[in-house]
Amino acid sequence: MNLQQHNISDNNFEQCIKCTVCTVYCPVAAVNPDFPGPKQAGPDGERLRLKRPDFYDEALKYCINCKRCEVACPSNVRIGDIIQSARIRYAKKKPKVRDILLANTDFVGTLSTPFAPVVNVALGLKPVKAAMDAVLKIDHRRMFPKYAFGTFEGWYKKQASRQAAFSKQVAYFHGCYVNYNNPQLGKDLVKVMNAAGYGVQLLEKEQCCGVALISNGLINQAKKQAQTNMASIRQAVLERKMPVIATSSTCTFTIRDEYPHLLQLENGDVREQVELATRFLYRLLAENKTKLRFRTDKKLKVAYHTPCHMEKLGWSYYTIELLKMIPGVEVQVLDSQCCGIAGTYGFKKENYEVSQQIGSRLFRQIEASGVDFVVSDCETCKWQIEMSTSKKCEHPISVLARMLED
Amino acid sequence: MGQNEVNKDFDVIIIGGGATGAGTARDCAKRGLRVLLLERFDIATGATGRNHGLLHSGARYAVTDGESAEECIKENMILRRIASHCVEETDGLFLTLPEDDIQYQGKFVEACQRAGIRAEVIDPKEALRMEPSANPALIGAVRVPDGAVDPFRLTASNIMDAKSHGAEVLTYHEVVEVLRSGSQVTGVKVFDHKTKATKSYYADVVVNAGGIWGHRLAEMAGVRVNMLPSKGALLIFGHRVNRMVLNRCRKPADADILVPGDTICLIGTTSSKVPFEEVDDMLVTSKEVDLLLREGEKLAPSLAQTRILRAYAGVRPLVASDDDPSGRSVSRGIVVLDHAVRDGLEGFVTITGGKLMTYRLMAEWTTDLVCKKLGVNATCTTAIEPLPGSRENAEEVNKKIISLPLPQRQSSIARHGDLAERLSHNTPVENSLVCECEEVSVGEVKYALNELDVNNLVDLRRRTRVGMGTCQGELCACRAAGVMSREGKYCTRRAKEDLASFLNERWKGMRPIAWGDTLRESEYMSWVYESVCGLNMSQKQSE
Repeated sequence: MNLQQHNISDNNFEQCIKCTVCTVYCPVAAVNPDFPGPKQAGPDGERLRLKRPDFYDEALKYCINCKRCEVACPSNVRIGDIIQSARIRYAKKKPKVRDILLANTDFVGTLSTPFAPVVNVALGLKPVKAAMDAVLKIDHRRMFPKYAFGTFEGWYKKQASRQAAFSKQVAYFHGCYVNYNNPQLGKDLVKVMNAAGYGVQLLEKEQCCGVALISNGLINQAKKQAQTNMASIRQAVLERKMPVIATSSTCTFTIRDEYPHLLQLENGDVREQVELATRFLYRLLAENKTKLRFRTDKKLKVAYHTPCHMEKLGWSYYTIELLKMIPGVEVQVLDSQCCGIAGTYGFKKENYEVSQQIGSRLFRQIEASGVDFVVSDCETCKWQIEMSTSKKCEHPISVLARMLED
Repeated sequence: MGQNEVNKDFDVIIIGGGATGAGTARDCAKRGLRVLLLERFDIATGATGRNHGLLHSGARYAVTDGESAEECIKENMILRRIASHCVEETDGLFLTLPEDDIQYQGKFVEACQRAGIRAEVIDPKEALRMEPSANPALIGAVRVPDGAVDPFRLTASNIMDAKSHGAEVLTYHEVVEVLRSGSQVTGVKVFDHKTKATKSYYADVVVNAGGIWGHRLAEMAGVRVNMLPSKGALLIFGHRVNRMVLNRCRKPADADILVPGDTICLIGTTSSKVPFEEVDDMLVTSKEVDLLLREGEKLAPSLAQTRILRAYAGVRPLVASDDDPSGRSVSRGIVVLDHAVRDGLEGFVTITGGKLMTYRLMAEWTTDLVCKKLGVNATCTTAIEPLPGSRENAEEVNKKIISLPLPQRQSSIARHGDLAERLSHNTPVENSLVCECEEVSVGEVKYALNELDVNNLVDLRRRTRVGMGTCQGELCACRAAGVMSREGKYCTRRAKEDLASFLNERWKGMRPIAWGDTLRESEYMSWVYESVCGLNMSQKQSE
């Protein structure tokens, strides 16, 4: 028996050689001493939990699942996945009412959009904020993203026939944010894709990707929604032969990587066909398969912020290069670091201070940049940047739409 | 260095700091004797610390050696009571695989019942549910009260109790001569490895509890004990694959026990005769690794895809029966030799054979004999009174140190039982970690340095598991050496020497299995220490 080829560890956590670079890159460990850091919470802790499940440490809840540890790891250890899987498997604390409300972006969005003018005003009122702070422990310093009066899906219905006329088609996973809060981004996407020669279709049935459900411990619900989404994605890719594009980096990342790694939903047959709109467009343009005509009368100075899940996908390159293709746009790339919001994490009262500390260097860099606004692929980064700096934050697709020649 | 005559008298001198020596010291001290325990290196360095750490139910011996089986199950139940912090009650399964004879199972269960061992036949499907790592091809399973026992903790705890009853314990004191006056042993001459001084100690009775080295001690006293060194090699895996002890339900053979021990699991052992010249430096061969892995996979197939941390070997002190001059007939039972009766040499007793499991019984029999010789009439209480660390419920201890982070708290209670409350844990520095794999804090290291006779990093490892995790010292060794220096245990030069010798000792265990991630990690470790920190890995360090 050739021992050295025979005995090879199957256990991802055993590939860790304790170099600790993950902990160096962890945005939480740097500011919150209660978090043991990815090395200890991940591969080290896993060994202890395999000894006895009661070694599970509730401090793992401080992990924001940014996956920067995984990007830093030279040994390919899926540290973030190990931590999130441990939370799923061992956490005893049940999600609170607040967590359920925050996690159910889909459900709450459906309830709110018909009453958007009222809800938006109400959520902004001081007494309401104080009540949410006291009762739900949602920090009063947070601003909820405004709900739109009418959903993106509602708007799209009127466009469907016009979109069907295009010879080439893509399916669009719009996500909760576009549907309930920012239908304009969806409209921008349709405009840009049309300009590139593609019609835009919706999926047969789209539900929230489930990222907030996963991070708030509502795994069964996340699995159900993921199964619905995967069925629709398969139908689009395999039957209707359309690639699926998205505007949210987190939705994209969740569908591609979290489904198989955390929810054990295999997606290998369609995974490569699910990608970000910016990457899809960049590749079309780089391969000269399409052309976009931009206006030259307008100058913009923007700074690109790399969301954590973009860093993990390794795709910020595509967005940055795409922005650079617009003649009137000057792009400054900010240091890649976490903004601190981490989805619903930063909205929780107990996490507010940590969240702002994590983002503080980024905020300073943004303030010092002198740009017109910040660009980012992630909606929650956008909220955090707009709540914490004087700058607005736009999606790259909206920048493209704005700069297209009419 | 000069020679000192020490005029302090003892009733009994016990040579050997393994489980048996420590247990004998405890028993003797509890019965009111003035006790001196001498150990040439650190406690539990011989066979005590180099075995499976299996809390035998006795089932393994039931068919072949009913007497040993009965001793085991009795001691098993006693250790659960008196040494609860050293024991993990995992239970064990004896698996019958397709290549084994299922008929043996009936014989096995019957023999267990005869010896008083609870043995319950389990449906193969139920067995797999209980122990998912077991070979799914199994055709039979029997559940027995096997478990895991930590030999280092057990020995340390016995020593601690012996000391609290007045015993004096000297580690790094090597016996170089057994002193005699005619046909009476009067004491021993020892070499102190730390001060390089030679001293003499006197007592009415000298007990030889030297394990395989007892052969040489007997020679020093002028008597002959026929020992047969038998090497047993084991592999340590990086994490726990199994929850229960796994055994093969067949006649005992090589590599057919898989024990979950603390954070890891171990497969063993092999069995081969070795010459006496080699017993101080056991190396595991690739043939042995091969055998252990091949057989281990049959118990738990996932072992093939589990990282191996290290390989090590111990030497069993097998004793040839006195009535067999050829030395071929070996006794696996307890052997107490009263050399006065056997050889006409007064004041000298040898205790050998036996197993870790029966250390307490061996100690009891030896102490009975010593008391008889001294004319002391005192009864043994070691089977009833719990050892230090096992006197209080773990839940109570947990409440007392609730301020510590959970993994640290759980780990220190697992290692020290109720003594965990004595760990210093007041400041952020003391609560910070020295060893990240095994969750050993600065406070725990300080406690070990001050109360558990620690002289160097290897001693510290035996008390705390520093350096026993996946990193094998990569991160913890230098931190631990730093704490030892700050606590005044040694100077910088000695710290560097100690660091080099500790890392070399770790490498020795990794070498036979140095491939894959273990090799990558050891390369990283040597890069950190040699290239970044500039540590000279040879023992000698410049000032």
